[in-house]
Amino acid sequence: MNDTEAYYEASRCLFCYDAPCVQACPTSIDIPLFIKQIHTDNITGASKTIFDSNWLGNACGVVCPTGVLCEGACVYNHQDVPPIQIGRLQNYATNKTIDVDKVIFKVGKSNGKKIAIIGAGPAGLACACEARTLGYDVDIYEAKDKPSGLTVYGIAPYKITNEEVLKEVNYLQSQLGFNIKYNKAINSKEELSTLENNYDAVFIGVGLGATRQLGLEGEEKEGVIGAVEFIEELRMKHHQVKVPAKVVVIGGGNTAMDAASEAARMGARKTVLAYRNSKEKMGAYHFEYELAISSGVDSLFNVTPLAIVGNTKVEGVKFAKTELVDGKLQTNMNNTFIVRCDMVIKATGQAKQGHLYRLIDGLELDSKTRIKINDEFQTSNPKYFAGGDAVNGGAEVVNAAYDGKMAAQGIHNWLQNK
Amino acid sequence: MIDLSINFGGIKAPNPFWLASAPPTNSGYQIMKAFEAGWGGAVWKTLGVPVVNVSSRYGSVNYSNTRMMGFNNIELITDRPLADNLREIEEVKKYFPDHAVIASLMVESRAEWEQIIKDVENAGADGIELNFGCPHGMCERGMGSAVGQEPEVLKTIVGWVKAAANIPVITKLSPNISHITDPGLAAVQGGTDSISLINTIKSIVGIDLDSYAPYPIVDGKGTNGGYCGPAVKPIAMHMLKDLAQHPDIGKVPLSGIGGIETWRDVVEFILLGATSVQVCTAVMHYGFGIVREMEAGLRQFMEEKNYTTIYDFAGKALPNVTEWKHLNLKHKVIAEINEDKCIGCDLCYIACDDGAHQAIALSDDPVNRIPSIIEANCVGCNLCSLVCPVEDCITMVKKDDGTKHLTWNERTLNDDIPVTFDDDRAGGKGHFVPKPSDALKHKR
Repeated sequence: MNDTEAYYEASRCLFCYDAPCVQACPTSIDIPLFIKQIHTDNITGASKTIFDSNWLGNACGVVCPTGVLCEGACVYNHQDVPPIQIGRLQNYATNKTIDVDKVIFKVGKSNGKKIAIIGAGPAGLACACEARTLGYDVDIYEAKDKPSGLTVYGIAPYKITNEEVLKEVNYLQSQLGFNIKYNKAINSKEELSTLENNYDAVFIGVGLGATRQLGLEGEEKEGVIGAVEFIEELRMKHHQVKVPAKVVVIGGGNTAMDAASEAARMGARKTVLAYRNSKEKMGAYHFEYELAISSGVDSLFNVTPLAIVGNTKVEGVKFAKTELVDGKLQTNMNNTFIVRCDMVIKATGQAKQGHLYRLIDGLELDSKTRIKINDEFQTSNPKYFAGGDAVNGGAEVVNAAYDGKMAAQGIHNWLQNK
Repeated sequence: MIDLSINFGGIKAPNPFWLASAPPTNSGYQIMKAFEAGWGGAVWKTLGVPVVNVSSRYGSVNYSNTRMMGFNNIELITDRPLADNLREIEEVKKYFPDHAVIASLMVESRAEWEQIIKDVENAGADGIELNFGCPHGMCERGMGSAVGQEPEVLKTIVGWVKAAANIPVITKLSPNISHITDPGLAAVQGGTDSISLINTIKSIVGIDLDSYAPYPIVDGKGTNGGYCGPAVKPIAMHMLKDLAQHPDIGKVPLSGIGGIETWRDVVEFILLGATSVQVCTAVMHYGFGIVREMEAGLRQFMEEKNYTTIYDFAGKALPNVTEWKHLNLKHKVIAEINEDKCIGCDLCYIACDDGAHQAIALSDDPVNRIPSIIEANCVGCNLCSLVCPVEDCITMVKKDDGTKHLTWNERTLNDDIPVTFDDDRAGGKGHFVPKPSDALKHKR
């Protein structure tokens, strides 16, 4: 978006009272305010408004599903007038500020206390930024060699580039001065004890783990890959990644759509999306599905995989049809068939990081291995706070950004009253 | 058959669309181009004494996504040699004998006036317009608005001009005065054939926030400019009305100027008594081609209303523009929200609650955000219908039966007016106003 487009787009905002777009934003950014600030050429002010509510305001302007959040709530939709392009305006303002490295944040006066953060994903970064403004020293322990978690490793490359993501993190880090220790996975009781001893509080922002095993016969064959791993490879190796002629993607969520879209765009001659239930039951946003279809993806509904067939390499997936019987989805073993393919991408959800959680004393989990927290984002072990996918089981970047910020405030409230 | 031709105080033109004396009429080239495009007349950029212009001459007020909603300039009268202008006037008249070419003039002494009138008459001008309006530069030299602000001086000069001229004389007035009727009457008493108004308004359109200088900036400094464009139209129309309703001034033809850009503007000026309109800013913004829209719209309006000439409806709004004291106090309208059209922006709610009479309630349902009118509190002020971004969503509905009529004037004559605030006849008495502390309760 250039200055002229931003000016005219901003002029369309009605400045609604108690604006629905703000209510629809998980971080409650004062959207009418920042748009008015863009319109009056107070770009720095607009960026402050955005970052005040959301530490990853730049990335969220691009990766947020705005069509179902802020832009979906824009009142213009009720008159068949295109909604304000809030995401693009948000990205425009923050880009302008980041590109000139404008200083807009202030580190809080040091209170001598230290916070450890496990995971430099959106939740961890947001927690770090907020904690720095409150005067804490912050060290983030990151398992990989880049910050941002799934924003860098897990979002389809067509949505946002690594450069864009890292630019924002550098901008935040250079002004707020939190430390990130890369390639420092925390996965032993010993390491956790060290954190507990050296820090006043610990934030768990570890997200989710590897793609879950489906337990299918032949799942170990060459050419079977998890969607998260597939996208991570794409994000790190870009065009050096090759896809074969025929690809089957199993799953019906947004990650399945991302994987299918990317496979089709990368030149797979046939990409088939296979989902066990009906089209209406898919978890993916409708626009994501539409995008996959427009990329040339075919879809199969009401099919469940039974086995991966082939010798050492994948040669196909054996499916059975499913049907609703008395409101329950049942597999019809009398109706099976094989879809030939050279690659299978499993987008059937990521495993939880249960192995880590079980090392923390008294950390309560729910039945889905999600960390339980109170209103202050504090876990059942008072020293530990948590947020993001580790708590919600897998949501948007913007939800994690909100959690991280709120958790830092929760930590602050707890340490002050301690 | 619609006939747009006019005879404006002895100056004939094929239509009432004239270019005002300004940059678009700086040369024969521009005026011929304009006549080709459909304009019926042009008032040549003011001829007069030799001047020098500065670089950086125009400033603008942009509002929301509209450029040049208001516009100002510090340009002086023509800086082209008089002989060139006269030769070009002659040439234009040769090509366009039936179009109106009017020479705007501004000089100082009686001898200068007599000489320049002779010059433009020899060149074939159809009329003269006296520039008593420019509020920048020339007024510092005792001309332009310096004359327009002194009715006695104005009358004297109009007298000189009328004594010397054989062609019709238009006197162009400055709005930079308290009562436009003062110079208006002076012009009529001086013998003017017609009046045009308004010239530009003294203005500062903006300050540069780095150099602290007003726009347009001339090497770090600026001066007041003359303001024009759509922003000044309401002021111009009010002054036009004042002249048109005046028993003596209203007898002479009036040429309306000030923010005219569309056919609607043209019709409004005519309804207030103008029988020619002059345009500058709209042409400086969009070029001569905008006259197509003006003419098409004017014709459409006249066709629908069954008018043959503009004289059929000139001044038709004047009887309806009256003093406040003659307005019917028994008239009652109340806002109505069309729920099918409402998009739930709630701008009407906040405008009314913060800016007017607390007569709109929010919806209790956070999903359906359609607000409702609290009829008992609604005073029919129109604010909600004005801020509503949806066409025809909020309308003002008449609630009285139209049988009663009572004005402040009539009440005064009947000795029926409130004399103290406790008086039951006082207007605001008993009208609902929330308690001050209610402001601290969050509504949603």
